[in-house]
Amino acid sequence: MNQEYIITVFSENHIGLLTRITIVFTRRKINIDSLTVSESAIQGIFKFTIVIRTTEEAVKKIVGQIEKHIDVLKAYYHTNDEMIYQEIALYKVPTQALYESDIIEKLVRNSGARILEITREYTVIEKTGHKEETQALFEELNQFRVMQFIRSGRVAISRDPIERLSEFLRERDAQIESTHEQK
Amino acid sequence: MSKSKITGSQAVILSLLEEGVDTIFGYPGGAIMPIYDALYDYNKNVKHILARHEQGAIHAADGYARITGKPGICFATSGPGATNTITGLANAMLDSIPLICIVGQVVSPLLGTDAFQESDIVSISIPITKWNYQITSPEEIPATIAQAFYIATSGRPGPVLIDITKDAQFGELEFEYKKCSKIRSYVPEHPVNPFKVKEAAEIIDAAQKPLLLFGNGVIIGRAEEELRQFVEKTGIPAAWTLLGLSALPSDHPLNVGMLGMHGNYGPNLLTNEADVIIAVGMRFDDRVTGKVSDYAPHAKIIHLEIDPSEINKIIKADVAVLGNVKKTLRMLTEQVLPKTHESWLEQFRACDQIENEKIINKDLFPEKPGLTVGEAIRIAGDKTNHEAILVTDVGQHQMIASRYFKFKHPRSNVTSGGLGTMGFGLPAAVGAQLGAPDRTVVAVIGDGGFQMTVQELGTIAQNKLPVKIIVMNNHFLGMVRQWQQLFFEKRYSFTELQNPDFITIAKGFGIEAHKVEVRGELESGIQKMIDHDGPYLLEVIVEKEDNVFPMVPAGASVSDVMLEP
Repeated sequence: MNQEYIITVFSENHIGLLTRITIVFTRRKINIDSLTVSESAIQGIFKFTIVIRTTEEAVKKIVGQIEKHIDVLKAYYHTNDEMIYQEIALYKVPTQALYESDIIEKLVRNSGARILEITREYTVIEKTGHKEETQALFEELNQFRVMQFIRSGRVAISRDPIERLSEFLRERDAQIESTHEQK
Repeated sequence: MSKSKITGSQAVILSLLEEGVDTIFGYPGGAIMPIYDALYDYNKNVKHILARHEQGAIHAADGYARITGKPGICFATSGPGATNTITGLANAMLDSIPLICIVGQVVSPLLGTDAFQESDIVSISIPITKWNYQITSPEEIPATIAQAFYIATSGRPGPVLIDITKDAQFGELEFEYKKCSKIRSYVPEHPVNPFKVKEAAEIIDAAQKPLLLFGNGVIIGRAEEELRQFVEKTGIPAAWTLLGLSALPSDHPLNVGMLGMHGNYGPNLLTNEADVIIAVGMRFDDRVTGKVSDYAPHAKIIHLEIDPSEINKIIKADVAVLGNVKKTLRMLTEQVLPKTHESWLEQFRACDQIENEKIINKDLFPEKPGLTVGEAIRIAGDKTNHEAILVTDVGQHQMIASRYFKFKHPRSNVTSGGLGTMGFGLPAAVGAQLGAPDRTVVAVIGDGGFQMTVQELGTIAQNKLPVKIIVMNNHFLGMVRQWQQLFFEKRYSFTELQNPDFITIAKGFGIEAHKVEVRGELESGIQKMIDHDGPYLLEVIVEKEDNVFPMVPAGASVSDVMLEP
């Protein structure tokens, strides 16, 4: 059954790694719905958050093949309900619309959005949330003609109490040592 | 090592020497000239083999690696030189062959400008290398080469590519070499879980009809002896994949033959009767499994494998034992009970008898007038006392040679398995012969594949490599023709070949050659080839429309293995 999965990849910060990772999806003709890359809590280690729609069987194999890349430390996959996640959206609407009625003001208040900048011509509104929520606000605002709209890729954090990567790095060091000993 | 400064190019050569490299296959060109210039000073320490095409160089490095177990080294220039190595890299990737391919690149300020002979080889080669890296400053050279060797040879081996800009080759550095033994983000092999070994042993002990399948992992892990001990203790029949060939002697009583599309009748048919399958260093390629949903329906699967991403990739394992099969086989042998499986083995022998009657006898001792590939292979195997290295190209002759050549010693078979690269055979034979100068190398090649890399006859002649080349000439792209006959209503679309005179061609390269067209001359022809001191080409004119059987048609179950059309 196809469903949304969040893949989290921890890697070294090496040139070309994004291509290496995305190629795994290209090969299986899987479209990436969203992708975010940024430095993780551990200095020098980068975190990719990738959202795709596929089957559990496929996502397992994809994660295995991502992990095979030499510069990848670890990859995990999760379903949406196993993660806390957000996306951020920015909306540019004509400032005129705020003068004419209080609908925009109400929308901003009720949806927990905020206003970032107001100029004579336009107002920029920011909202974080799930895609459905940012999309819903877009539909509402669009009655006043949204001039520009952008939504970020997803950022996600696991429901585990600890950062799994640090634990993983410790285990891996122990593992490399013990394989050396078995020789 | 002194701390005086040397050039990047010298550092490349010194780093290779530090890793024990004695043979390099390559082809010079503009962007790698500084490295070739440095190499000129070290011609006493390292042998360079000039191929006639970069594809030839990289396949030769591949053949060398398969025979020696050491990484094959290939040099090429930027642009077309680098892109010509692509097929060879892909070939090595699919067969887990350690290669280090060092290619030149335009000077770093010109990167990304479509400079003369620039190609983005790092991006191009990502999916077909285990690792690749672009060096733009000389200081990176020693550490990168050390990493390349570590990555190419450890865990599941594979090809790596290093792209070195010309300015990095000219630049200077203080050279210090330290071998690499650890990369934070890379676990070459996982420690063996003894509980999994125990679980596997219990299943094996309870098995009534166990079948062991072995692949390239046994050869890569140098676990041939561990494999023999395991099957002898357990009495389990063992069948091989194309790349597992020669890991267990052909005449071993528990060697029940080849798996897969053109494998033997018994191991294919009885896979679906087995109650336990022990897969050792193999990856359930589709040519082995046939229709996956009907594969081994009654069997519990035990998978001994070094690469975690192979576990459950095609066939779900009931017990997966991760690790080097040299260790896991040894641990498993200690745990299992001694046993025999006489009546089960008897089923394989009964299948052999059927296959002998229906196929093998007719292939090996034909009564029809036309020569068969099978009889030529039988004679070549016998005349070399089954101690030769067999190199094959891809197609009908490859399947027939794998089935009939017979081996006594491991690391005796060189063939392109996963990628099925036509044109691989001749250059791979160059590497195999250099890797084993004292052994006889018999290269069996079809008339189609031979013409794909025929230029490497020049490399063979220049280096006086005593390769024995048998060109099996049926004037057809035989395997494709066979499929056209069986599955495309004999519509022989562009498979018939008008061939050149191979004897004249060989002689033009300065290689002794002879053509055999009738049975009476076959044995003496092969004898003459083997006795000849130096390279030799024997062209055997074989029956035009012979087929390879048994055959598991694409998409059919292994138990639907056909003995005749």
